[in-house]
Amino acid sequence: MTGVDFDAIPGFVNRRDGHGETTITIETGQIVAAATHMRDELGFTFLADLAGADYLGWGEQGVAGYWGTPPADAERGWTPPARDLNAPGSWGLQTAPEPKPKRFSVSYHLLRMRPTPERIRLQVWADEAEAVPSVVAVWPTADWHEREAWDMFGIVIEGHPNLQRILLEDDWEGHPLRKDYPLGGEPVRFSDAE
Amino acid sequence: MTMAVRTRDTRARTPIYEGSRIPSPVPTELRVDPSLYEEGDILEINFGPNHPSTHGVLRLVLELNGERVVGLRSVVGYLHTGFEKNMEAKTYWKGITYAPRMDYVAFQANEYAFVAAIEKLLAIDVPPKATWMRTLMLELNRIHSHLVWLGTGALELGAISMFWYCFRERDAILDLFELVAGARMHTRYFQAGGLAEDIPVGFYEECQRFCDSMPSRVDEYEALLDRQAIFLERTKGIGLLSAEDAIALGQSGPVLRASGVDWDIRKDEPYLVYDQVNFDVPVYPNGDVYDRYKVRMNEMRESVRIIQQCLDGIPEGPWISDNRKVVLPPRHELHTSMESLIHHFKLVTEGYRVPEGEIYVAVESPRGEFGCYLVSDGGPRPWRVKFRAPSYVALEAAPTVMTDALIADLIAIVGSLDTVMGEVDR
Repeated sequence: MTGVDFDAIPGFVNRRDGHGETTITIETGQIVAAATHMRDELGFTFLADLAGADYLGWGEQGVAGYWGTPPADAERGWTPPARDLNAPGSWGLQTAPEPKPKRFSVSYHLLRMRPTPERIRLQVWADEAEAVPSVVAVWPTADWHEREAWDMFGIVIEGHPNLQRILLEDDWEGHPLRKDYPLGGEPVRFSDAE
Repeated sequence: MTMAVRTRDTRARTPIYEGSRIPSPVPTELRVDPSLYEEGDILEINFGPNHPSTHGVLRLVLELNGERVVGLRSVVGYLHTGFEKNMEAKTYWKGITYAPRMDYVAFQANEYAFVAAIEKLLAIDVPPKATWMRTLMLELNRIHSHLVWLGTGALELGAISMFWYCFRERDAILDLFELVAGARMHTRYFQAGGLAEDIPVGFYEECQRFCDSMPSRVDEYEALLDRQAIFLERTKGIGLLSAEDAIALGQSGPVLRASGVDWDIRKDEPYLVYDQVNFDVPVYPNGDVYDRYKVRMNEMRESVRIIQQCLDGIPEGPWISDNRKVVLPPRHELHTSMESLIHHFKLVTEGYRVPEGEIYVAVESPRGEFGCYLVSDGGPRPWRVKFRAPSYVALEAAPTVMTDALIADLIAIVGSLDTVMGEVDR
């Protein structure tokens, strides 16, 4: 992406490029300022999508033989439980995935329509129970997306005008897209227990 | 900030909204003015969840002052089936089956978005025959989706015959899908790397026959509706959405283009072969129900143009990549090649591994920007899949377009947003 001064974005942490996309990590508390900057200074008037993700257990999944050598630098203090089988079946995916800074991420997919179409991803990270400021005041369309992030991941959106569940019913327990939410089965209530 | 203005035959000017003027917050919920409560004649009613005109399970909580809608809240989630969670537990090629079941009217657009996201992470080459055929199928699907919208939308406004006519053509499209993929809906015809099967014998002729008849059919529909006083009365000048609000509310597709914003992902960020075919993007300025109808009618004509160019342009050659780490080997090889047998076994039991990374792929579904955000940890199953459903976002705009509307117009207005509840709730 040309002509964008990334350092001028409030709360700028780092920039990553991959698969033809640019991801800008923003300090969690600074996201509203960064969003306003993106919208007003850089012309990203359109919020295409807002997606939460849970990285609990990221990189710990081992399938026998198919996860290769752990990263060489032990500085990060993180050793994935991977086996080194000299990669007969690892298809060049010898490294375990790069560790993530915190448990949850929220990604804002922005679009600039003119003069040339550009897309960019802002990303903030949050630990459990850490609040992410709401960007509803910047892009009103974020309203339902943020409610979905709360509903599915339990990411607390600070300053949202109406932070309620949206897809699940109001008395649902838990946040199903979390990685520690049990798969399959549901609690059975018997009438005599009530 | 200055915006470039492009000239197209439909509309000369392209107003694109400047960010700092976004009226914020635009309500995604219509709240009753408290002073109205004091007058004491506010009636709260439930519209849905099982009202026939919602075509799915949508509940709108309305507050009426006489015939006027003064409060509106959408309640969604009745069709929530946890597609995104399910797909995390499936290998990628099983996940492809899930994607089209969200928007069951524009299934192939959903399927393509997911497949395209996988392919981008895999960096796999897709043979040209497959990309051309995908374009063709996506455009057939666009016509299919608009026909369903037109048929049911006009039905609700009293034009019952439209329903039969539209479903006649829709059936012709479903016949084509059946010919190609063996299934009429949820075809699962796109594989990572290409198509599931070669284009069958006889498809070109059948599709050509459809292309020859479809433009005159669209003219017939328009002749039926455009001169019908009731239809015009019930669609013109209602459900207004300005370009500013449309962008602020993240609207896309026909809803956005009916508000005068010249934005089409097929044109502006071309994928597949959309940069090699000629077509126009219909843009209408008024932002009412009638303009949304006109956009969709013209899009059907443009889709036929694209299909015709695809029919003429599909090259011969393989229909799927020969990357054996991703694509199943041909069946006959299994009898003679040990390698192929092993690949087949590994692919079916374990699936293919997609390199670590995250990607957001946006395609122009009949309803607007359909996005797929895919995170891979390098394993055979997606770590996270999130779909940006245009219907979900369109429903957010319902309170804005319903401002000061009459209860009788509710069906026309909410219907004009063309939401499919399976996609809203996922």
